[in-house]
Amino acid sequence: MVIQKEMIAEHYERLERAPETGEPVVYTFVPGNLTELIRSFGCLPVLPEINALQSGMRGKSRDYIAEAEKHGHSEDVCTYVKCDIGMVLAGNIGPTGTKLPKPDLLLLSYTGCYTFMKWFELLREQYDCPCVFLHVPYQGDGIIEPEHREYMVKQIKELVIPALEKISGRKYDEDALRERLELSVQAEDDLVWVLESAKNTPSPIDAYFGAVYYVGPIFSAFRGTPEGVAYYKALRREVQQRLDAGLGPVAPAGPLNDQKYRLVVEGPPNWTHFREFWQMFADEGAVVVASTYSKVGGTYDFGFRHNPADPLGTMGDYCAGCYTNHNLTNRIDMLCQYLRDYKADGFLINSVKSCNSFSAGQLMILREVEKRTGLPGGFIESDLVDPRYFSAANIKNRLESYLQMVEARRAGGSREARAS
Amino acid sequence: MSITCFVGTDLGSTTTKSIVLDERGDILGRGITNSRSNYERAAQVSRSEAFINARFNLLRREVTAAAGHDVLEHLLRAFRLEQTLAQLKRLHELTLGAAAFDIPGKLAKPAREAVDAIVAAIRDEELARFTEIDPSRRSDFFRDAVGSAWSRLAIELADPDGVTYDMLLGLYDKCIIQVENEPLALGFSDHIGTALLRIGDPADVHTGVQHAVETELAVLGEVGTGYGRQRLPFPKEMIRSEILCHGLGASTMFGGTRTVLDIGGQDTKAIQVDGEGIVTSFQMNDRCAAGCGRYLGYIADEMNLGLHELGPLAQQSTRTVKINSTCTVFAGAELRERLSLGERREDILAGLHRAIMLRAMSLLARSGGVDDEFTFTGGVANNPAAVSALRGLVTENYGDKTLNISPDSIYTGALGAAIFARRSAN
Amino acid sequence: MSRTAIRSEVVEWASGIYEDLEFTAVRQWLEGHPGRKACGYLPVYAPREVIHAAGMLPVGIHGSGNIEIIRGDAFYQSYICHLPRSIVEFAQSGRLDMLSAVLFPSTCDVIRNLSGMWQILFPDMYVRYLDLPQVADPALGAEFWRRELEVVRRELGRVAGVEVTDARLRESIALYNEVRAIIRQLYALRSEKPWQVPTEELYLLMRAGELVGPEAFLEKAREYLTAAQSDDQRVRDRTRVIITGSFCEQPPLGLIKTIERAGCYIVDDDFLAGNRFLTGDVALEGDPTTALAEALVRGAVKTSVLYEPDPAGKRNLMKNRVAAARADGVIFAAASFCDPALLDRPMLRDGAEKAGIPCIAFKFAENSGQFQQFREQAGTFSDSIKLWGDA
Repeated sequence: MVIQKEMIAEHYERLERAPETGEPVVYTFVPGNLTELIRSFGCLPVLPEINALQSGMRGKSRDYIAEAEKHGHSEDVCTYVKCDIGMVLAGNIGPTGTKLPKPDLLLLSYTGCYTFMKWFELLREQYDCPCVFLHVPYQGDGIIEPEHREYMVKQIKELVIPALEKISGRKYDEDALRERLELSVQAEDDLVWVLESAKNTPSPIDAYFGAVYYVGPIFSAFRGTPEGVAYYKALRREVQQRLDAGLGPVAPAGPLNDQKYRLVVEGPPNWTHFREFWQMFADEGAVVVASTYSKVGGTYDFGFRHNPADPLGTMGDYCAGCYTNHNLTNRIDMLCQYLRDYKADGFLINSVKSCNSFSAGQLMILREVEKRTGLPGGFIESDLVDPRYFSAANIKNRLESYLQMVEARRAGGSREARAS
Repeated sequence: MSITCFVGTDLGSTTTKSIVLDERGDILGRGITNSRSNYERAAQVSRSEAFINARFNLLRREVTAAAGHDVLEHLLRAFRLEQTLAQLKRLHELTLGAAAFDIPGKLAKPAREAVDAIVAAIRDEELARFTEIDPSRRSDFFRDAVGSAWSRLAIELADPDGVTYDMLLGLYDKCIIQVENEPLALGFSDHIGTALLRIGDPADVHTGVQHAVETELAVLGEVGTGYGRQRLPFPKEMIRSEILCHGLGASTMFGGTRTVLDIGGQDTKAIQVDGEGIVTSFQMNDRCAAGCGRYLGYIADEMNLGLHELGPLAQQSTRTVKINSTCTVFAGAELRERLSLGERREDILAGLHRAIMLRAMSLLARSGGVDDEFTFTGGVANNPAAVSALRGLVTENYGDKTLNISPDSIYTGALGAAIFARRSAN
Repeated sequence: MSRTAIRSEVVEWASGIYEDLEFTAVRQWLEGHPGRKACGYLPVYAPREVIHAAGMLPVGIHGSGNIEIIRGDAFYQSYICHLPRSIVEFAQSGRLDMLSAVLFPSTCDVIRNLSGMWQILFPDMYVRYLDLPQVADPALGAEFWRRELEVVRRELGRVAGVEVTDARLRESIALYNEVRAIIRQLYALRSEKPWQVPTEELYLLMRAGELVGPEAFLEKAREYLTAAQSDDQRVRDRTRVIITGSFCEQPPLGLIKTIERAGCYIVDDDFLAGNRFLTGDVALEGDPTTALAEALVRGAVKTSVLYEPDPAGKRNLMKNRVAAARADGVIFAAASFCDPALLDRPMLRDGAEKAGIPCIAFKFAENSGQFQQFREQAGTFSDSIKLWGDA
C-alpha cells in the first residue's frame, strides 16, 4: 500500500513537471489502454477515470459535479464525466494536489463504454490538441472476431502510432515495446495469483474493495514498467504471508479473519463512501472472493496475457477482452464460474446510476445467474462519484437483508438436507 | 404462575409495533405506538403496550365466563383513561413550567391560567367520553387524541392582544415531545388498581386481576426489526431485517403464502418465501419513493382529501384515466393538468391507483413473479381501490391467485420478529 | 378525391398504424407474402437495404408511450431511459414474435446491452449487434463496415433462405434511394412551407414507413407529397425552430403537436433519424456492399451516435443546421437519461449560443403525459423570438 502511494505520488509529480521536462502527455481510458505503447514513446499517461474516482474518494466530486451541471450538463448523465469536466473547469488540480498538465494527445480507446466517446469530444473542447480514435468492436457474439482484431491492429498501426510519433518526435520502436510487454506479463501473472488467492478459506484478500487497490497500478500508468513488476512481487509476498498465517484482508475498521459469507460482486463500487461501504460488508463478516469490476482493465484470470511476440495483435486482444466489452452471455458465464470456482455463498450486484455499460441488463443478469447456479443474488443501487446517490440506510438495509436471507436459506437448506 | 414468552418489535418510520408470543407460538398480546423522534422510547412503549394487551388477554381468558365481556371492556376503557390522565397530568406540569419560563412578564399569569383551563377541559372531556355508552373512534395515541383537543381549546381561549393561539400551541408542541419520551409509569400494574376502582371495584374480577398482575411473563427471546432496528437496545444477533420478518410474518398469518407485497409509506417490497416462510428472493424500490404510500399522501393533500377517502372515491370511477408518472414530484402537476382538461376526480384517482400497482407489479416481476398464495400487507392494503387494481393486474398477468389481506397486516413484521425470537430460543 | 381528402386519408392510414400496438401491419404483410420473413431493427441507423434484399420486411422497433409497462420495468432500473422498457414489454408480451431477426445498432450502451438480453430471452431469433464504424479514417471505417455488412448480408440470407446476390442488393439500394429522395423532398417542402406540411403529419407518415416496407411507403409518401404541394393552407405567424436530440427514443405525438400549436413551425428535426442517416444516394455501380459502406462513412448525417472527427464540428453543427433550415431558434428535446443526446447538448448549445441563436432545452420521455410545461416553454420561446426579431 505504501509502495503504491509513492508510485502514484511520483507519477503525478512527474506529470506536473511535464510542461518543463517536455515529456508528452497522453490522456486515455482504463479499459483498452495502450500503456506499453504510450510509454514506449516516452509519453506519460493520464487517466481521467482514475482522477474522477480519486476526487470521489477525497470528497471533491460533489463540487466538481455541481460545477459541470452549472455549465449545462444534465443530472442524468455519467458522473465520472461531470466530475472530470468540473475538475478541469476548477483549475485541473489532480487528486494529489498537483496541477495536471494539458494533454498533447487524447487517445480515445473506445472500449466497452459509449460515454468515452462523448467524454473526449467534451475534453477536446477544453484543449487545443489532436484526438486519435481507436475503435474497439464490442464482442456482440461473445468472441473476438478475426476481422475485428485485424481492424484494431490496422488502427493502431495506421492511426495511433503515427499520432504518438508526431507528439513525441520518436519513431516507433517495436523492440522497446516488446520489452515493456514482457514486463507486463510478469505483473499480470502475479496479479492473477493474488486474485486467485481468494479461492482459499479464509480468503486472504477482499477481491472487490481490496482488489481496487491491487488492480490500480496495472490498470493505469504502471503496466509494462519495472515499478509495476516490483509492486506486484511485493503484493504477492504480502498476500502469501497472510495466507500462511490464515489471516483475512484488512477492512477499514480492522482485519476480517472471521468470514461468515463469501460473495461475488458485479458492478463498480461507490467511491464517495468507499470505506463506509466496505465496512458494511466487513461488519457482517462478508468477504468478497471475486468481482467483475476488477476485470474492467483486463480479464487476465481467464487466461489472457500480453504476448510480446505479437505486440500489436496482443494489444488488440487485450482491448477487446476487457470486461465491459463482453456481451451479457459472457458476463453471466463469468459470474457463474466465479460462484463455482470460489465456492461463494451468493452474489451481489451494485448497480451504479452512472454506468449504463455495466448497469443496463443487470436485472436480467441477476435472474439468469440465480437460475443457473441456484445461489441467491442481491441488488444494491448507488453511484460512482455522485454522493447524492448514496443512501447509506437503504444500502445497509438491503445488504443486511440479503445476508440474512443467505443465512436463513443456508439453515433451511441444511434442515432440508437432514430431513431427506 | 409464570408464562414463557417471546417478543418481536418492528420499528417503522411512522408506527412501532410489538407482538408477544407464548411458548406455543400463539399471539398473547399486540402493542402499537407512534414512532415519534425517539425510536428507543417508541420501542419501549409499544412493547409495554403489548404486555398490557397480553395481561388483559390473560384476564379475559380467566374472567369472561364469570364476569362477562362487557365488564372487561369497561375495565379496559377505564385503564386507558387512567393512562391518559397520567400523561395529561405530566403534560400539565411541563406546560406550566414552560409557560413560566417562555412567557415572562405580564402575560405569565394569564398563560398559566389558560393552560390550567385547557387541561381541565380536556380532563373533563376524557371523563365524559368514558361515561358515554359508545364513544366515537379516535386515535389511540396520546399525542393525536390530546393534540386536537388542545388546539381546539387554544383557539377558544386565545387572546390576540394577550396570550395568543401560537403561544399556547407552542407550549404544547414543546412539552408533548417530552411527555412522549419520558419513561412514564403506564404499565398494567401501575393503573389496573385505579381502573378497577373507577368501574366500582366489581368483586367477580378481583382474583382474575390479581392473577394477571402476578403472572410472570418471562421473556425468553426478543428480536427487533424495521427501519429503526439499529436503535433497538438489543445485541446484533437479535436484530433481523424487516424483509425476513415480513416474509415469515406473512407466511405465518397465511400458511400458503409464497409471494408477499408490502407497500408502506416510504418503500415497497416484493418478497418470495418458501414453505417455511424463509425468504428466497426480494426486491425493494430504489431511493425514489414513486408509487409508495407517500405518493398517495401527496395526492390526498393536493385534492384536499383524507388519505382514507382516496380509495372509496376511486372506486366510483367509470373510466380509468391513464396516468404516466408515479413520481411524487410530478404528481401534483399531472393531477392539476388532468383536472384542467376536465377529467373527473374519481377517474383520475382510479388511474393513479392503477399506476401505483403497475410499479408494484414490476417489482414483483423482478423478484420472481406472483405465486399462489399471494399476501398483500402494509398501509396501502387497507385501500380498496389499490386492492382491486392489484387483483386485476395479478389476474391479467399471472392468472387466478389467492389474494390474502389481514386486518392485522400492520403487525406482520413484528409477528415475524417474534417467531424468529421463538425459533432461535428453541 | 380532393387534395385535402387524399392528404387526410394518408394521415389517417399512418395514424392507424402508429396507434396500433399489435403490429398488425407487419402481420398482414407476412400473411400477404407467404414464405417471407420480417427483421426488426432498433434506432438509430440500420442498413435496411440488406434486410430488404434478403426478401424480409424491415421493421422499425421504436417503443411506445402508450403501452402499460410491467415486464419492461422488471428489467430496468429507474435511471435508464424509457425506450427499452416498452420494447421489452412488446417483446415479452409476444407482440414481436413474428420477427425472425433483430439488428441492434451501436446507438448507446443501453441498446447494446439489450442485444445481449435479446440473445438470452429469444434464443430462436437471429440477433446481431451492429458496431457502426466510429473511426475518423474513411478507408479503415469503410472496410470495417463493409465486412460487417457482409456478415449481416450472409446471415440474413441464411435466415430468410435466400441468397442475397449483388443484383438483389443493388435493387434494394435503388429502391431505398427513392425512399431517401422522397423524404428529402418532404423535408424540403416542410422547411420551405411548413404550413403545408405540419410536422405531426410528416412524423406519422415517417413512422408508418417504418412498418410497411419501402414499396408501400413510397406509394403513400408520393400521394401525400403531391397533395401537400398544392393543398394550400393558411400561413400563420409562427417561429421557425429546429428540434434536436430526439433521434432514438421518440417524443409522444402530443409533444410534437404541442410545440407546433404553441406558435412554432418545426422546420428541421432528427425524429426517426435513421431515415435520413445517409445524406446522399448510394452508388448503384460497383460492389453494392462497398457502396453502402462508403455511403455511411463518407455521407452520414452529423449526429450524437457517431464520433465527430472535426474538433469544431460540434460547435458549428447547430449554426449550420439553422442556416440550412432558415430557422429562428433551436429546441433541444432529449429523452430523459439519454446519454448521447444529453452529453452532446452542452457542446451543441454552447456553439449555438455563441452564434447568437436562441435556444431552449427540455427533457421528455416517450410516455410523457403532461404537456403544459412544454406548451409554456415553447410558447414563451416563440414569443420572445418574435419580439426580439422584430426589434
